[in-house]
Amino acid sequence: MENLSLMFAPLVSSKLMIVLVFGTLFGLILGVLPGLGPTTGGALILPFTMTLDPLSAIVLLTAIYCSATYGGAITAVLINTPGTPAAAATCLDGYPLAQKGEAGRALGMATVSSTIGGIFSVIVLVFFAPLLAKLAYEFGQPEYFALAIFGLTMLASIGEGSPIKNLIAGAFGILISTIGKDFMTSIERFTYGINELSEGIGFIPVVVGLFAISEMLTQSTSLDQIFKRVALKAVKLPSILDYKKTWKTILRSSGIGSFIGVLPAEGGTVASLIGYSEAKRWSKNPEEFGKGSVEGIAGAEAANNAATGGAMVPTLALGIPGSATTAVILTGLIIHGVRPGPDLFKEQPEFLYGIFGSMLIANILFFIFGFFGAKIFARITLVPNKLLWPMIFAVSVCGTYSLSQSILDVWIMLFFGVIGFFMRRYGFSVVPVIIGLILGELVEGTLRQSLVIFEGNWLLFLTRPIVVTFFILSFIALIFPLLRKKKSNE
Amino acid sequence: MNNVQKQKRANKSLPFFFKDEFKVSFIIILISTILLISTFSFDIVPPILNRGIQPATFPKGLLVLIIILTSIVYYLSIKKPWEIKKKLPQPFFLTLLSFIFFIFISKTLDFFLAISLLSVFVSYCWGERRVFYLILVSIIFPIIVFIFFETILGLRFPPGIITNIYYQV
Repeated sequence: MENLSLMFAPLVSSKLMIVLVFGTLFGLILGVLPGLGPTTGGALILPFTMTLDPLSAIVLLTAIYCSATYGGAITAVLINTPGTPAAAATCLDGYPLAQKGEAGRALGMATVSSTIGGIFSVIVLVFFAPLLAKLAYEFGQPEYFALAIFGLTMLASIGEGSPIKNLIAGAFGILISTIGKDFMTSIERFTYGINELSEGIGFIPVVVGLFAISEMLTQSTSLDQIFKRVALKAVKLPSILDYKKTWKTILRSSGIGSFIGVLPAEGGTVASLIGYSEAKRWSKNPEEFGKGSVEGIAGAEAANNAATGGAMVPTLALGIPGSATTAVILTGLIIHGVRPGPDLFKEQPEFLYGIFGSMLIANILFFIFGFFGAKIFARITLVPNKLLWPMIFAVSVCGTYSLSQSILDVWIMLFFGVIGFFMRRYGFSVVPVIIGLILGELVEGTLRQSLVIFEGNWLLFLTRPIVVTFFILSFIALIFPLLRKKKSNE
Repeated sequence: MNNVQKQKRANKSLPFFFKDEFKVSFIIILISTILLISTFSFDIVPPILNRGIQPATFPKGLLVLIIILTSIVYYLSIKKPWEIKKKLPQPFFLTLLSFIFFIFISKTLDFFLAISLLSVFVSYCWGERRVFYLILVSIIFPIIVFIFFETILGLRFPPGIITNIYYQV
């Protein structure tokens, strides 16, 4: 109870409130612009967080995460292009409804269901994260290894791309983490005499390259694309009839989104797709889906925003990212000297509950900004790509250079930009690379330490019940996409 | 017959080594094999200092996994060929070229100049012809970013012909 009161610390700190307002507005802009999103935006703003104290820095990143996830819906409804991948399912019904002259109603439903989904997930975060952290006290090195393996196998069902391609991308991410001096023996690996590579490849150049630069190259291939924007007078709050029609869907999708978010590596994209399909399955009017159903909008939007709080659960309690954006937040925590995990809950409750509270406030703030300012934010989409992307390039280059003041980092960013472009072109999602990169050191470190404990006997992994449970879950995570595919073929 | 159908028909008659699925799988397997071979040159830790496994073992395992998974992807693509991709347009190659120039100019002349030239080049290649906007993206915006990073973050940019003037070197 005492800890819960710490949640409202941001409300009494003017500095935190300013950071929250700025983060929410910036997140909305990122969400509205197709191609940018919370992951790229978080990575770009990470260098600026160095000027802030750790709590303000993480509050900024989480505010961006919450509001950018919602912001994607504005573009999805008005121009039929998801501002973020998590808003893809929102296009299916948001745009048709907007075309019927009800853009305000569509955006109103998206705003309300996003806010409820987001707040629901913060409640899940507040109660579930400490429980998971308590459970993690039982974890030794073998358990963390098995957990990380579970996180990586979850990449198979990440939603974008084929399961096997996702696993290849995940393995590639782990491989990148092995570049540089081996952290246990200081033996150089894949450095080929380049001294700067001894310290390994930084997370930010890879993220900015894979997301921002590869998107810039993607944009260069579709310059003739013309967006048709539906006119919007004002955002309308849903009517009582709409509430009656959707309240069950919103609650169900909030639960689904929070659960999917808690699963390592799964994020808002998977959550919104499942939230949408479940809304359709349970609906009394499934035939309306795809033609402008408010239930469809509510199902997708409540789920993707509910995934934000859910994804923070494993990130804070275990140090395992729940999504690509939480991988950036995890990096932010590490840069600021905060080690996520069970000890954090014991030693710095004011820090954690400050984050929980700020996420709650961010959800309320984006409701206000979205409700009154969606029309203005929608105008941002009018900035032409030929001006926008060179500017993003300048910020990407300076942001990447600034972290360790290394020109090599900028070149690495460009290199990964090109790799990311070709990966996306041939159906490989770039998200697993990020998750693999951040989990790589944990996987290798815990594997090697476990083998030291077991004196090299691999079979001893199977003597620990939690490890066996995670291995079984990993197996299920691997075969689940295949079963799903087989079922859909039938 | 639309362009995609034309391309599909053309792709059917292509020898297997010209198809995307083969090219992509081949490149991944080739690079992985080269990297795998290079892991054999990693230093070996004496048994007394060894922590669990040799430093080369983990990357070796990963590379073997990538090779196996890529082979599966290729095998599956024989049954179900990949979607045909549209040819990459000229602005893509020009953008890619600008990256190469960026690396060259930032290394030899000036970091700021490289950002500026890339911005104007990309903007122009993507269709911008209005002089004011070209100046905005190539000069005004990079200056704002430069000063912002320099003053807020206390960042010192690498030396070059323009940055040296700014730093009065």
